[in-house]
Amino acid sequence: MSTEPLSTFESSVPGDVHRTAAGDADDVLAEVVEDPAVGTAIPYDDVTVPDSVDVEPSPSTLESAVTGVTPAALGIADYGTVTVPSGAAGDELVSLYAPRHVAVVAASDVVADMPAAYERLGEDFAAGMDTQVLATGPSATADMGTLVQGVHGPSETHVVVLEDR
Amino acid sequence: MSSRRDTAERLRRLMATEGDAVAQNTRTVNQLSDYAIQQFDDYEALRGAARSIKESAIENLPTLIDEVTEAVEANGGQVHVAQTAADANRIVERIMADREADKLVKSKSMTTEEIDVNGHLEQAGYEVVETDLGEYVIQLADEAPSHLIGPAMHRSPDDIADLFNGEFDLGEELPGDPTELTDFARERVGEHIREADVGMTGANFVVAESGTLMLVTNEGNARKTAVTPDTHVAVAGIEKLVHSLADLQPFTELIARTGTGQDITSYVSLLTPPVDTPIPDFEADEMRDAEEREFHLVLLDNGRMGMREDDDLRETLYCIRCGACSNACSNFQAVGGHGFGGETYTGGIGTGWEAGVHDLDSAGEMNDLCTGCSRCEPKCPVEIDIPWVNTVVRDRINHHEDGDDYEFLVEGLTPDEEPAGLDLQKRLFGNVEALAKVGSVAPGLSNAVAGSRPGKWVLKQVFGVDPRRDLPQFADETLREWYGARGTQVADPDRDVVLYPDVYTDYFDPERGRAAVRALEALDVRVHIPAVPESGRAPLSQGMVDTAREQAEAVHGALVTHIDDGRDVVVIEPSDLAMFRRDYDHLLPERSAERLAENCYDVMEFVYGLLDNGAEQAALDTPVDDAGVAYHSHCQQRTMGVDEYTETVLSELGYSVRTSDVECCGMAGSFGYKSEYYEVSMDVGEHLRADLGDVDDRRLLASGTSCQEQLDILYEREVPHPVELIAPR
Repeated sequence: MSTEPLSTFESSVPGDVHRTAAGDADDVLAEVVEDPAVGTAIPYDDVTVPDSVDVEPSPSTLESAVTGVTPAALGIADYGTVTVPSGAAGDELVSLYAPRHVAVVAASDVVADMPAAYERLGEDFAAGMDTQVLATGPSATADMGTLVQGVHGPSETHVVVLEDR
Repeated sequence: MSSRRDTAERLRRLMATEGDAVAQNTRTVNQLSDYAIQQFDDYEALRGAARSIKESAIENLPTLIDEVTEAVEANGGQVHVAQTAADANRIVERIMADREADKLVKSKSMTTEEIDVNGHLEQAGYEVVETDLGEYVIQLADEAPSHLIGPAMHRSPDDIADLFNGEFDLGEELPGDPTELTDFARERVGEHIREADVGMTGANFVVAESGTLMLVTNEGNARKTAVTPDTHVAVAGIEKLVHSLADLQPFTELIARTGTGQDITSYVSLLTPPVDTPIPDFEADEMRDAEEREFHLVLLDNGRMGMREDDDLRETLYCIRCGACSNACSNFQAVGGHGFGGETYTGGIGTGWEAGVHDLDSAGEMNDLCTGCSRCEPKCPVEIDIPWVNTVVRDRINHHEDGDDYEFLVEGLTPDEEPAGLDLQKRLFGNVEALAKVGSVAPGLSNAVAGSRPGKWVLKQVFGVDPRRDLPQFADETLREWYGARGTQVADPDRDVVLYPDVYTDYFDPERGRAAVRALEALDVRVHIPAVPESGRAPLSQGMVDTAREQAEAVHGALVTHIDDGRDVVVIEPSDLAMFRRDYDHLLPERSAERLAENCYDVMEFVYGLLDNGAEQAALDTPVDDAGVAYHSHCQQRTMGVDEYTETVLSELGYSVRTSDVECCGMAGSFGYKSEYYEVSMDVGEHLRADLGDVDDRRLLASGTSCQEQLDILYEREVPHPVELIAPR
């Protein structure tokens, strides 16, 4: 892929973006994951979540977690969006309940725009990965008068981009 | 006439209590949304695509219902099609009983407001808790949502703090700080979600082929509501169905831009339930197997199939409930959804929904607040002609009402096609041309009567004309009388045009017509001013569609030979130009409407065209000093995109031009004359004055008759049409 969508993606994500080689990703994750943390497995060679991360969270560890780490299936450059597929490991809960969400996405999965994203989503859905949330930045509300970030979902989001994956 | 007084009183109270919060919130979102759209090159293309997807979905609705039923069942869920609100509530209640549930948490959904599922379940002994913070606030306050997407936008942080402090026994009182209020409400609501037995969501879209729901949210409460309890019930109107996942793409890109002014919301959930997320049982502190999940999709008809069969209401079903039409509406900005709302739905598109799913009485409560200014149209992501829907609903309300005791007063004066029961106020304003003809026979007498105390009493008591307004004064000589006596002064014209003698210019303000003649003649154009009937704007604005159609046919008859003769039609009054260019689509055969639309021009647009084609700029008047002008363009001019010609011509002639961003002046034809709406109209006007800023040293200009009237009152000075500034004396 060209580097152009990647730099667009980097500038449009409403949160911190960490670009790294897969080999160095563990260090990056160790830095952005604050304990207690929950997570689901990252499906890339050489990338593992830090040991402190509970990958089989119970409701109570989920509730008390500060960080949730999950893989993302897509990055959408124009919007700074990542898509988080639901899975039996509880990605939806992990990415939702903890106040800090760390999404790990492969650079090759960053597409330029929404039509390209829907093309990929179409393939995913046909293959059975048929529940995904397009997540863009922290949760927010303006219902209490002005914009407040951090409501029922995370208040802080990080995206780790694996440049060589 | 006490009902007019009651309406005025109700709106006055709303403006006093909720007006400030509503005004601030709607105007801010409206500006954010303007900006988001401006920055988005694909806006028009995606609106077109979105419109086609909705058209096709509604056309194929019965097939899509079958298809989604099959898909959801194949996924392991159940589909229930509810004919009525009562059916839907019974279905939900049965699910609660079957699951032995006590508590249901809900994410925001207008469709469940429509069926009042909360009331029904609570009566049956269940606990229902709203999880969207705005909905949570109004649930505590026992209020109806005041906006499609900002249900509590009528409340300020201080109001909300008072509510919480009164509702809960707090050790320390909460201050009116949005962050603290959010934290507090999140904790309370979060606990309910963790304890709930059933989670209910709406759906922004439902994909028929896969049974996928799209939920568009910022707070994350819909995500939690859908996956935390083991049972998920989604309630959606049947109009939410689309065929395929790919159909969601344009909506994903449009809905936040028009709705909130964001490029995209924090979360767009595409979920195909029952989902495979494990069930977090917080009480037992264990994750249960996703196999135990249950999913029910309740598809609600409740009048929608009838709307689908209805040629005029059908496009209401395309609405994606983004609320943009409310934010762009000057009157909504002033009174909010508790004024501009029916039983459930609020704002511009609300009357179409109310008429379709409730009844005309509910639609009638709000319908007159739509003035047809049309500023909502460019904001609608599915291109719904909202003013037309409102006009049709108004027409049906007119036919639905009983006559009144003063009927005899207008017999003979009002040669319209409307039923006897039509509100006399509407009949007065709808027949302005007939009245103008009678009044202008003895203009001095008519002016004296209309301005006298007994005259004003009759106007107020019988017709609901607010005595704080002065009706326009008849001129001593009409434009056509003047031109008939004077004749053309161009011997060797470059071209010939028809100047449309609108009622206002002809009878009340011939000076702007005379100025248009002088400006056009200075640019070597020979002007013809034939007798052409009123455009139909007046009756259309009162919902008198049959009368408007008759007028349109007569106007077409009067103009078509001129057009055949190669004469363009030049129009001074923007609301009439909008009739010719846009509304005649609904009133005339397609070819007739197109022919008129293609050959009609705003007078300043026409001047721009002449200058652009080499006409001599020096023939027009240029600034005598550097005072500059402040110009308020007419709402319908903006929607047609012709306001820019006035600004360009004035700038090119050397005037420094300041413009306003407000959507409408508040006068909007007859609206500001009506006693029940006078104060709303002035509130909107005050916003315009604040927006224009200090104009003491500038000339004030406005293109529309009503805008001129409104600015006259606001600034206590005469406000001419721009053509009066540039026409040689």
